[in-house]
Parts: sequence; structure tokens; C-alpha cells
Amino acid sequence: MSGLSGEPPDMTGQTPEVSEPTPESKVPSVAARLALWQRSGGVITPILTALIAFLIGGLVVFATTGKNPLNTYKAIFKGTGLSWLSPVSIHWHLFYPAGIHWTGWDTTSPTALNLQQTLIVVTPLILTGLAVAFAFRCGLFNIGGNGQYTVGALVAVQFGVWFAGLPGPLHVIVAMVAATLAGAVWGGIAGVLKAATGAHEVITTIMLNWIALWVGSYLVGFNGPLQDPRAISAPVTRPIADSAHLHVFWGNPLLQGLHVGFFIAIAMLFVYWILLNRTTLGYEVRAVGFNAEAARYGGISVGRNFFLAMAISGAFAGLAGSIDILGWEFNLDLTVVQTVQVGFIGIAVALLGRNSAIGIFFSALLFGALLTGTSTRNLDPSVFQPELAGNLTRIIQGLVVLFVGADLLIIYLWQARKKLRLPQRKAAEQP
Amino acid sequence: MSVRVQPLQRGAWTRASAPSTIGMIGIGLGLVTLFLALPPVKVRTAPLPVAIGILAVAAGIWAFTRGEHRLGGGAVVSGVAGIGIALIVLQANAARLEGVFVWSALIAATLRYATPLTFAAIGGMFSERSGVVNIGLEGMMLMGAYFGAYGADVTGSWVGGLFIGLISGALLALVHAIFTITLRADQIVTGTAINFLALGVTGYLYNQHYGNNGTPENLPAVPDVNLKFLSHIPPQGLGNFLYNSIGQLNLMVWLSLLLLPVSYVALFKTPIGLRIRSVGEHPKAADTVGIPVYRTRYAAVTLSGALAALGGVFLSIGFVNSFTENMTAGRGFIALAALIFGGWRPFGAFAAALLFGFSSALAARLPDLSASDTAAWPLLFQTLPYVLTLIAVAGVIGRSIPPAAIGRPYVKQ
Repeated sequence: MSGLSGEPPDMTGQTPEVSEPTPESKVPSVAARLALWQRSGGVITPILTALIAFLIGGLVVFATTGKNPLNTYKAIFKGTGLSWLSPVSIHWHLFYPAGIHWTGWDTTSPTALNLQQTLIVVTPLILTGLAVAFAFRCGLFNIGGNGQYTVGALVAVQFGVWFAGLPGPLHVIVAMVAATLAGAVWGGIAGVLKAATGAHEVITTIMLNWIALWVGSYLVGFNGPLQDPRAISAPVTRPIADSAHLHVFWGNPLLQGLHVGFFIAIAMLFVYWILLNRTTLGYEVRAVGFNAEAARYGGISVGRNFFLAMAISGAFAGLAGSIDILGWEFNLDLTVVQTVQVGFIGIAVALLGRNSAIGIFFSALLFGALLTGTSTRNLDPSVFQPELAGNLTRIIQGLVVLFVGADLLIIYLWQARKKLRLPQRKAAEQP
Repeated sequence: MSVRVQPLQRGAWTRASAPSTIGMIGIGLGLVTLFLALPPVKVRTAPLPVAIGILAVAAGIWAFTRGEHRLGGGAVVSGVAGIGIALIVLQANAARLEGVFVWSALIAATLRYATPLTFAAIGGMFSERSGVVNIGLEGMMLMGAYFGAYGADVTGSWVGGLFIGLISGALLALVHAIFTITLRADQIVTGTAINFLALGVTGYLYNQHYGNNGTPENLPAVPDVNLKFLSHIPPQGLGNFLYNSIGQLNLMVWLSLLLLPVSYVALFKTPIGLRIRSVGEHPKAADTVGIPVYRTRYAAVTLSGALAALGGVFLSIGFVNSFTENMTAGRGFIALAALIFGGWRPFGAFAAALLFGFSSALAARLPDLSASDTAAWPLLFQTLPYVLTLIAVAGVIGRSIPPAAIGRPYVKQ
């Protein structure tokens, strides 16, 4: 990663004459480091990382409240509904199973409702995870997922209110495409600035987040242009037309059942993989990510790829915003605009999922479960206060990002393990 | 033998029509546009300010196309901003205008808003000059803000709050140092993690200690410095103006002003400063002459956390006198932008912080221009500091050169 205002990349795409290598060009980019890390460990490292994060989170719980962290985690897990996936429930008597009950897959049980909630939360996380991951593969760090999501949600809600006469599927598609484009524009701004002036994307995307937040607050808030004129006392937009609702395929549509947006997110995982690994665009994006200087020398327009990568990233996040609106929110609330955090969680999702499609799916599942399990609705306040638990999620998320970046820590631990083993082996070799 | 190229002798006209001169004139014209519409001049018609603003933009474009990107871009921005603000101001009635643009109050507010940015930017300067990017300034500020309030509450004095806040920021910075220097993790990713951690930790502790009630009302606050003698300076108007603008500032505002020369001397005139800079420019060379690279970087990063935390302490117990979750609201990043914009120098960073502080002060006061209390559009002014930061880092106004080894972990041989 070069400095905060590195050399401006070449917009023209012409091969520049080979200049003396600047100190910055020797710096491995984020993506290059990531690639190294990806080769150096298996699935084990992300799992270890998550475990360490949960362990420290547990220590925090114990140190501050004196409560048994295992019980807290158990209560959180209970709220996620993930146990529904297993058809048997096992009651543990300390160390041995005391009883095994066949529960089957009852689709109306509270556990099933919880699982629907979890998957509803997982859906945007997959997409914001992709938004971070795609930029990452181009060597860019997109922390503007929040803003891109907000812009997408704003556009989706307005398109859902307009065109009320359109037939269902068409209305949904129109609103989604518009929101995706809006997200792409919002992300693309950071890409253009990076390409044209070298402005660091971390700062520009953060600023764009705040701009989206305040513009959104203006539009949705009291007396704003999008505020519902019938609900003067509440800062909320008009509800979208019924034709713009996503189809609910599991559970009761009135009780926030699981909508088809989940499958759209899954499909986007495939799109991401194909785009990155089977197209020229993906090849160029990855080439720039591995080594921008070499890619430029090879005739790839670095600036163009910076823009495209950010725009596509923004598109994923914008789509996430539209799916939440069309799937279960149906209108946009001021508090939602001001407390969006899926973009930030997307960073942890992408990093823990090592920017691979399958990894993103599982880490989105993990963080989605954490979010649902710690929500005020699902966590038993007598076990653990949901407000604390919500912040515990943030701490775990921060720890994951912290440890995921520290590839060397894993290597140090690995070496320490070897050192521990070495004397034993020597002792064994002695006659 | 070396050949010296004599600078060309240029005539007065050549110099006056040089793109750089035109660019500077353009920036000046943009400021004139702004000035004309505001009190005390208050031109109440559009054509004059707009015409001058257009001239400023034209001068900027002219200079820009002739290679003066810095000044030309600056002139375009100042011209457009001048026209924009002049047009907004013309919408408001004259009496409200007088109420909003009280220059002494604006100066005081600008200094107040600039203070947290200054602390964080100077902190970031030490870290980045030593070669470690510090995206985590935001989190360190937030730590300082929470622990400043918490410390003041627990110890019952603002001094206690200040020190506890300072230490909390330094500790968080130490985590950043361990991961980026010893473990050579990516500095940007680690900084982001630091921000998340700070958000989670402060939110967690805040909810645990204060819950829904918020921080206590009677939180010990950092005192204001009352310079009553300023109001007795001879012309009554001047005296009052001075007293109203700088006579009632918070102690920490003065502390941040004091920090500027101190940090300048420390960084540029002392052996320690030379070490910090050499480690950030060429760590290998520094290592060769016996400067402990790791230790220097550790110290610089930890110091940056302590200073950023001071900015947070000012926010919580010097400015608003309470703590709310995520109260730094991106100020750490704005400080980072100020640092870049100011060319990694204390006074440059301060000038940029003043600019951002002024935009925040304007954002806070401009809504009063609106005739109705219920209008939604004044919310849009909240975006002003962020838009300005975006423009600044986009380098329209100038690009600065970062320390050579910034962002690079150093591997000891």
C-alpha cells in the first residue's frame, strides 16, 4: 500500500517509459499481501482468527460483567435459529449427551422464524462483502459500503413508490437496476478520484459515506422531499407499491419471511466469481491488484480498472440497499439512514472470507447470525443486555479485521509451535 | 565542474501574465466574491458577486490549462464556492445575515471546531513522519473522548479525565504499533480494525456504565480561559471583537495552538525529530547509522495516539461536555486529510484544520439563514466539511509529497 496520496495512476493507458522505481513501487499492494497469505494458509486460518476473536470477546464479557461468556454465546446462538438446520436437538449433561430429540424441520417453529431473520440479514452482508472484496482484488480498500448501500436504498425506495402501475417482476427489476446503478455511481466517484488525482480511496469513501448519510437524512427526514406527507410526525418515506415487493418464499410475508433476495445474493456470488476469474475485466482487475506498476507496463489501463472496480463494488452495495428495501423494509426510515453499518461489516466479511465467493458466504453467515443473535428481539435480556451484545459484535468484528491483517502472527505462532516440537524430536533422535 | 543555469530575466509583464500570478489573482477574486456578499459589505444584488466569481473561475481555467494545476484549480474552486455562497446568502434577509455572520463568533467557532482536528492531525504527523500510516486516528480520538468523559466522571476532575483519555488513546495506538511494526500487518487494514475496535469498546463501556441516561450532566469540564483585558483594548469595537473571538476560548484550544510550535521544533529542530523523519524516509539508512527503527516508530505511533486522544478529550469534556456513541463522526479522517493537505507539516496541517473548522462552523450557523424552523434543506449544510475534505484530498488544490517510506513495514536485517 503506498502512501495516502501516492502517484496518480495513468488515465490514458499508454505505456509510460520505465522510470526509476520509486520506493512506493516496491511496496506490496494489499492484494499482493493477501494473495501471499491466501497461499500460506488453508481454511484453518480464518477459523482460527474467528475463534481468537470470539475468545477475546468472551474475555471482555467476563471481565466487564462477570457473566459466563459461554452462556452468553449460547444465548446468542439460540437467537440465530441456526439450530433449525439440524433435525435433532441434543441436550448435554456437562460432558455426555443426556438426551437426543428428533425435532425435524418444522417451518413454523420459532427457531425457523429466527433462521429466516438471520438469512434476511445475511443477504445484504453477502453483497457488501462482495463490494469490499471486488475492490480488494484490484488493490483498493472500499470502506464506502455504507454510503453506497444508503444511496441504493434511497433510489430503490423512490423507484418503488413511482411506477406503481408496472407489473410485479418488472417493477422490482426497474427499482433494483436503478439502485445498482446509483451505488455504482457513488462508488465510481471514489474510483474516478483515485484514477485522476490519486486521492486515497479510504478517505474519499469515508467522506462519501458521511455525505450520503446527510443527504439521505435531508431527503427522508422531517419535511424532506421524500418524507411521507401522510406521516408528518415520523421521518419516514412513503411505502413502496405492492408490485415492488420481493416474493417471500419461506415463512409468512406479514412476519418478515425470507424473500427471494437471498437467492439474488447467492447468484451474485457466482457472478463475482465468473467476473473475476473468467473475464478479461476480472483478469485486468486482478493484475492491477497484484502489481499496478507491472499491469501498467503490460498495457493495462490502471486508472480505468480503478474506476471499474470501484463502480462494480458500489453496484454490489447499491443492490444490497435495494434488496433490503424491496424485501422487508418497504420504506426508508431516518434512523436506518443514520445507523447503517452493513458496509462496515462487509469489510470483516470480505477479509474473513479471504475475498473468495464461498468464503464470503460463510463469513456473511457468521456475522449475520451474530447480528440477529444479538438483536433486541432475539437475545434474552436476562442473559445478556442486547445493547452490550450489539457492541460486542462490533468488538469481534474489529478483532477479526485486526487478526486477519496480521498474517505474520499466524506465521509466528506456527514457528513457535515448531520450536516447541523441535527439542522433542531431538530428544527422540538421541540414542 | 558543474554548469549553473542562470534564471532567465523576465520583464514585469511576463511575470504579471504568468499562469501562477493569474491563478493567485483568481483565488483572490474568489475570496472577494465571498466577501462582497457578507457583512459588513453586504452587496444585495446578484450580478456583481457573480461577475467577479466568473472572472475568478475564468482566471483559474486559464492558469490550469497552462500547467498551473495547483493555483488554477484553487481559483476555480474558490470562484465556484464564492458564487454559491453569495447566491445562498442573497436568499436570506439582511437581518438574519447579520445574525449568522457575526465574525467574532465565527472565528471562535472555527477555532473550536479546528482544535480536535489539530490535535489529531499533529498526532498523525508524528506517526506518518515515522513511516506508519495512521487510519486509526478516528478510533483513537473516540477512545480519548470516552475515557476523557469517564475519567472526569470517576476522578471528579477534568485533569484526571484528560490523563485517562490520553493514556487510553496511547494504549490503542500501541496495539496499532504492535500489529503494524512488529507483525508487519497492512497498516490500512489494521487502522480500520482499530476504528472498529474503538467503536465497539467505547459503545460497550458507555452502555454498561451509563446506559440510557447518558453521561452525567455535571461532568467536570476543561475550563475556558477568560481574557477580560482584551475588551479594554482602545477602540471599543476592536476590543469587543477580540474579546468575543479569542477571549473566551477553552484551555485546550490554547493548548492546541501551543502544540504547533512545540511539535514544529520537536520534529524539525531536535535530534529526536531528525530520527523520526529519517526512519520515515529511509529506515534502512537510519538503521545503518544506529537509529533503532522499531523503537522510534513505536514511540511515534504511541505519541500520535495520545495526541489524537487529546482531540477526543476536547470533544467530550471541552466542547459538548458529554459523550455519545461515535461522536467523532469522521473527524479523524478529516484530520488525516488536513495532514495530507498541509504537507505533513504542523502549520500547514493547522491551516487546513482551520479551513475544515471554518466549514464546520458555517455548517452549524448557516441553517439560521432559513426563515422557517422546519425547513429540511439546512441539513444539507452538514455535508460541507465532508465535501470540502473530498475536494482537498482529490488534490484539486495541490498534491503534497508523503514521507518516502510511508506505509512500508521495515524488516530488520
